[in-house]
Amino acid sequence: MERLTGTFKVKSGLAEMLKGGVIMDVVNAEQAKIAEKAGAVAVMALERVPADIRAAGGVARMADPKKIKEIMDAVTIPVMAKCRIGHFVEAQILEALGVDYIDESEVLTPADPEHHIDKWQFKVPFVCGARDLPEACRRIAEGAAMIRTKGEAGTGDVIEAVRHMRLMNKQIRIVRQASDEELVALGKEWGAPVEVLRLIKELGRLPVVNFAAGGIATPADAALMMQLGCDGIFVGSGIFKSENPEKRARAIVLATTYYNDPKVLAEISEDLGEPMPSISAARLPERELLQVRGN
Amino acid sequence: MRIGVLGLQGDFREHLAVLRSLGVDARDVRTRAQLDEIEGLIIPGGESTTMAYLLEKMGMLSVLRERGEQGFPIYGTCAGMILLARELNDAYPEHRLALMDIAVKRNAYGRQLDSFEADIHIKDIGKFHAIFIRAPKIVRVGPGVEILAEHDGAPVLVRQKNLLASSFHPELTGDSRVHEYFLKMVTKG
Repeated sequence: MERLTGTFKVKSGLAEMLKGGVIMDVVNAEQAKIAEKAGAVAVMALERVPADIRAAGGVARMADPKKIKEIMDAVTIPVMAKCRIGHFVEAQILEALGVDYIDESEVLTPADPEHHIDKWQFKVPFVCGARDLPEACRRIAEGAAMIRTKGEAGTGDVIEAVRHMRLMNKQIRIVRQASDEELVALGKEWGAPVEVLRLIKELGRLPVVNFAAGGIATPADAALMMQLGCDGIFVGSGIFKSENPEKRARAIVLATTYYNDPKVLAEISEDLGEPMPSISAARLPERELLQVRGN
Repeated sequence: MRIGVLGLQGDFREHLAVLRSLGVDARDVRTRAQLDEIEGLIIPGGESTTMAYLLEKMGMLSVLRERGEQGFPIYGTCAGMILLARELNDAYPEHRLALMDIAVKRNAYGRQLDSFEADIHIKDIGKFHAIFIRAPKIVRVGPGVEILAEHDGAPVLVRQKNLLASSFHPELTGDSRVHEYFLKMVTKG
């Protein structure tokens, strides 16, 4: 019988399976195993976590394929990897390696000043960051099968993730209440494709899964984002830059499931050691913000 | 009828939506106490290692295993099937329900690039559009296990008395016939 691969249904379907889970940044096989054992639903294979990318400056690129293969060999959960915004050849390489998801990410230095990757050309699914609904709509129109808030990666400050999630929720409410002619006007005003807005109105939510990312450092941060309505959590530097990665990883996994139970949250937040060294996103000069990359 | 969907992680909302569309009182189950309030349980798709860790951590695994042995109806899709299988090719997940006499190979259909859609034929149901995502493969079934559907020579939907398991995700297609089949198992025993 005929098999259809690379369809949007199987691309977005994998994201559905990741819901209610935590995706953790890892830089080697050892960290990947710790993440898997702690209950991560997937890992993001990287050469450096965002906090180190931020500290190093310069141009951040796709990780060495050797590193990605090492991580793919170490775990049975899905492995994601990042490519630069617009760098479709890095994406082709990641697809050839057989990664399970590509993050076209603002954490790396963008390769194209105007275009994102035409993600419909790929069989591998893509996740993209967004700061608001119009940005999410543009990424979906380009073929993204999963969205995440951008937040402000590598800071350990959750405020930007909260800002982006609240804004998306507010704009979804506007779309739900808009008449058909108002949708066209909204599309024009926001720079958002009307077909995607129509789909959002019909469903009452985004047509793909939406995770929170960028600044989540504690179980309480994860639960906060879940209560704000996201579908799951990306933790970048928050785990392996903290004092006790294993314990913190387990606590964040539990917090993402029991986000509505303050008693459980109190219990698992206890004695986790120091969180990652953090910086206030408000103190970052505009030129150091990662969220403004790719729009 | 009151049916639970294990809500620890995965696409439990999709299962809840299918059940509710059938007029079932469907609830998200995350604690041991909630297991007492339901007549049957669906274990959704997701990551089996994550679900197994949480089940064990919250003291639900042994209770559920005991229930399953006593005839409590459980349906596992994808990750849920891995948790139900007695035999696994893999060290992970360490803790499982291990209730069904089947051997399962995780990710045996390949990585995400090999995830696929295909039409299958289900006994007593007919043609069904099935979605396989990083799907586990059933590589052996015991004598007490009935094969309800196959794809490419491998069983993809199997039943053993009160237990039902599928490699694919009927909750993603908007076709509720496999769920209806499970509900009949709950009512008829």
